Amino acid sequence: MSAVLNGPVFADVPKPVFSPGPAGTHITIRGLTKYFAGWPLYENFDLDIPKHKIVSVFGPNGCGKSTLINMIAGLVPIDSGEILFDGKGLKDTKIGYVFQNYREAMFPWMRTIDNIAYPLKLEGKSKAEVDRRMAELVASFDVKFDLNRYPYELSGGQQQTASIMRALANGPEVLFLDEPFSALDFEMTLFIREKLQEVFVQTGTTMLLVSHDLEEAVYLADQVLLLTKRPTKVAEILPYGDARPRTVDTLSTPSFVATKKLSLEIFQREVRR
Amino acid sequence: MEATPSIPAAPKPWTPPAANAPVAAPRAPAWEKFLPFIGPIVLFILWDLAVRTGFIKALLLPPPLDAIGALVKGLFGGPLLKDFLVTVWRTVQAFLIAAAVGMPLGVLLGSNEKAYRSVEFLIDFFRSTPSSALIPLFLMIFGVSDINKVAIAAFGAFLIVVFNSAYGVINARKQRVMAAKVMGASRWQIFRDVLVWESLQPSFVGLRSAVSMALVIVIVAEMFIGADSGLGNRIINSQQVMNVRDMYASILAAGALGYALNILFLLLERKIVHWSGR
Repeated sequence: MSAVLNGPVFADVPKPVFSPGPAGTHITIRGLTKYFAGWPLYENFDLDIPKHKIVSVFGPNGCGKSTLINMIAGLVPIDSGEILFDGKGLKDTKIGYVFQNYREAMFPWMRTIDNIAYPLKLEGKSKAEVDRRMAELVASFDVKFDLNRYPYELSGGQQQTASIMRALANGPEVLFLDEPFSALDFEMTLFIREKLQEVFVQTGTTMLLVSHDLEEAVYLADQVLLLTKRPTKVAEILPYGDARPRTVDTLSTPSFVATKKLSLEIFQREVRR
Repeated sequence: MEATPSIPAAPKPWTPPAANAPVAAPRAPAWEKFLPFIGPIVLFILWDLAVRTGFIKALLLPPPLDAIGALVKGLFGGPLLKDFLVTVWRTVQAFLIAAAVGMPLGVLLGSNEKAYRSVEFLIDFFRSTPSSALIPLFLMIFGVSDINKVAIAAFGAFLIVVFNSAYGVINARKQRVMAAKVMGASRWQIFRDVLVWESLQPSFVGLRSAVSMALVIVIVAEMFIGADSGLGNRIINSQQVMNVRDMYASILAAGALGYALNILFLLLERKIVHWSGR
């Protein structure tokens, strides 16, 4: 007589079938789960991020906006789930990342120009190739300061400009920006915002921007991704389609005002919930 | 309803009070440059007074000018110079051994935190043990030799270097490591391009403490491990024959040496770790 005496208490849950996102999806996130101090921060989180678009991530404090992009960028390990870039894994994908704290993101022992060229050197590019790409970047960013100085000799805005140049140096497929403006003064914020928009119009690089400033989030975005409180879900994805280049006048167009107002309403609804 | 409040017409635009004064960068008064000399001068005057008034017997404390005279005469070709150089050479040897072994080892241990945790207790324990307490042990191993003095000084200095370099790597700014990682740097590239550099500043703090430690132990060892040369030996010999003038000259020479080494390392640090504190 054979009988199963100590069978499993739980039946194995079958792995959910991978369902691709709609056409034009760049980053596919399926079943993403992340626990933080024993509590779920993300549980079975699904998201499609479109290609050649800027997506702004906005949500209540502590909902894990930065954690989300850090998980996608591979800086924070995930507990389970799948993140694919055009069907590839992270290690086959070139990414760029701009940190909020530029002071601790640049390498102060290298000259600024070497900081910017660092990703190219990691790829083993020849000096001629590096020089050509540097000249290209300097031209497209219209750099007015001396890149042969050390980062700590530059102003905050110049340092952040340099870190954006570094993030773009090797022509990444995705650019992550974690509150890139919050450590800058208003003048530099405006300047770098325009630079980013220019770069986007030129290259069409997919960008993921975390921002705590709703106006800025909407201004740069093709999509505003609004998140709920933890355990974090997608509250809403708002499209915002005003033509680029957007200018100061964009800030007073009805479509901008409406998108911003709607975002704020959803945000407040989620905060109160 | 009045929509716009009326603004009272200002009679004259406000101007900053010193707008017309000639602009000059504020400069510290010249006498401030002499502030660092006040302490030593006061000490010398007190010292001189103490000897002159007989408050302290001249047998125990020579007049300051005599001590300094002996120091200058001794260092410019006198026998003090030879002992001074012997002590410098022993300290340098001990320091070089400590730095050459300690820095690479510290950086390696620091980059592998598990490895560091497993030897942390040993390092902390021996770092807390006064190295002079180990002199008899080293005497048994190396005998009464020149190597012995260098070896024990190197051991004491080595622990300080290892500890500081390892902690420099462990406490490296996480964000710089992340920045390198996100740009696709391998573990080895992160180590070579970020961790080693991040550890430089704390390593220099370690090197500076280590050279002071090496000097202390060399002097102690010269006093008590049958030496026939060196500042420590000279100090104890002059004390035995109550040659206080020479004793104080040697003490001042040892002090000047320690001070000079400290300044030298501060300058080196500022030159090499140019980003420190910025």
